[in-house]
Amino acid sequence: MSTALPFIPAESAANSSIDFDEKLAAHGMELRAAAVDTLQVNVGKLCNQVCKHCHVDAGPGRTEIMTRETAEQVIAVVQKFRISTVDITGGAPELNPSFRYLVTKARALGAHVIVRHNLTVMFEPDQEDLPGFFRDHSVEVVSSLPYFLEEQTDAQRGRGVFEKSIEALRRLNAVGCGIEGSGLILDLVYNPVGAFLPPPQTSIEADFKRELATRYGISFNYLYTITNMPIRRFLDFLRRSGNEERYMRKLVEAFNPGTVQGLMCRTMVSVDWTGRLYDCDFNQMLELGVAPELPETIADFDPENFARRRIMTGPHCFGCTAGSGSSCGGAVAVSALGDR
Amino acid sequence: MAYYSEDDLNRFSEIGKYRPDLFEKFMAWYHACQEDGALSRREKALIGLAVAHALQCPYCIDSFSQSCLESGSNMEQMTEAIHMASALRGGASLIHGLQAHDSVNKVSM
Repeated sequence: MSTALPFIPAESAANSSIDFDEKLAAHGMELRAAAVDTLQVNVGKLCNQVCKHCHVDAGPGRTEIMTRETAEQVIAVVQKFRISTVDITGGAPELNPSFRYLVTKARALGAHVIVRHNLTVMFEPDQEDLPGFFRDHSVEVVSSLPYFLEEQTDAQRGRGVFEKSIEALRRLNAVGCGIEGSGLILDLVYNPVGAFLPPPQTSIEADFKRELATRYGISFNYLYTITNMPIRRFLDFLRRSGNEERYMRKLVEAFNPGTVQGLMCRTMVSVDWTGRLYDCDFNQMLELGVAPELPETIADFDPENFARRRIMTGPHCFGCTAGSGSSCGGAVAVSALGDR
Repeated sequence: MAYYSEDDLNRFSEIGKYRPDLFEKFMAWYHACQEDGALSRREKALIGLAVAHALQCPYCIDSFSQSCLESGSNMEQMTEAIHMASALRGGASLIHGLQAHDSVNKVSM
C-alpha cells in the first residue's frame, strides 16, 4: 500500500499481524544480513539538543559515552577487517573526547567516514572549527533538518534550533560541504514532525533544494527521509498524544516487501558506547543484542560470523519497511531512490 | 451514542459485508484515483482535503490531512486548499443571491 494514500484500510486492523518475522514469512522472506560493509558507531547519548523524536533519548544530562579504550577497539576492527564505511552517531558524537580520534584514524585507514552531525553542536565550546575538520578529513556530513521552515524544525528539535541550523549549513557550504564539484558531501535528513510517515523522498528533496536555495542560499547533496521509530522519546510522544495504536497500525498497514532487500541492517553492524554489538541503532536503544550465537562485543567481532547472520527483529522494524522504507540512508525501496 | 467515531474509519471495510464485490470495486477505484498521473499524489491529496472540507466529512478531513502531510504538503499549503473550498462554498451561496434579487424584483414595482 502506498504511504501517500489516505488511510482507509482494506481489512480490519485486528487482522493485521504485528509480528514482524511472521509478516516476512507470509511474504516468503526472512531477514538475514548480506555483508558487513558499514560499522555504525554510537559513541554515546550526550547531546546538546533534546529532540522530541529522539530514539536515543539523548541530551545534555546523559553521561554514557564511549571511552578511548573502546574507540581503540573499534579502530582495531576497522583496520583488521578493512571495514569500508564507519558511520559515527550519538547523541552529538562531536562531544565525545574520542570523536576526532575515531574520524582521523578511520580516514587514515582508508575508510569512508559518515558523521551524523546535528548542526547546532558547531556552536558549542571548542567546536567552531568543525566545518574545517570535516573538510580536511573528507567526512560525509549527514544532518537532520526536519523542515525548511522554522516552526516545524523548532517544534521537533527545540526553540532556536532552526536559526542555528541555517547558520551552520552556511558555514558548511562555505568550506565546500554540499557544494557541487567540491567532492565534499553534505546530506540532510527529513523526519516527520509528528505521527505520520515521510513523503516520497525525491519529491520532498526537490522542495528542500528549491526552498533552502531561494530562502537562504544553502545547497546540499541528498535528502534522506527517515521514519520516526516508536522507541523511547517518540514512543512517549505517541502515548501522551494518544497516537500509538494508530501509528503502529499505519506502519503495519504500509508494510512494503520491496523494502526488505535494502534494509540497512543487512549490510551493517552497530556498536554502542560500551562496545556491545547490535543489528542496528534502534535495536541498540531497545537493548536487543545480536543473535545469541554471535559474539556480543566489538573486541570479539569477526565479519565472517556476521555476514550472513540472522537479524533480531521487533515491532519497531515495521518502521523501516513502511511505504518507501527507511534507513540511515533514507528510503530503501528501489522505486523510491530515483537516480541515486 | 456519538454519530461520528474515529474508530469508524478502521471499520470501513464492514461496509463490504453485504456486497463485497461492490466494495472491492470502490476500493480499487478509490486507490487508483490517487496514484500519480497527470496530477501528482500531492496535488490529489490537496484536492481531497479541499473536497473533504466542502463535504464537511470528518473522516475524509482526518484521512486527507494525514495524506497531505505524507505527500509533503505543509500547513500553509493545506490551509490555502481549505480556503479554496471555503471560498467556493461561499461563492456558491453568494451567487444565489441573484436568485433572491430576481425573485424580489419579479414582485416589485
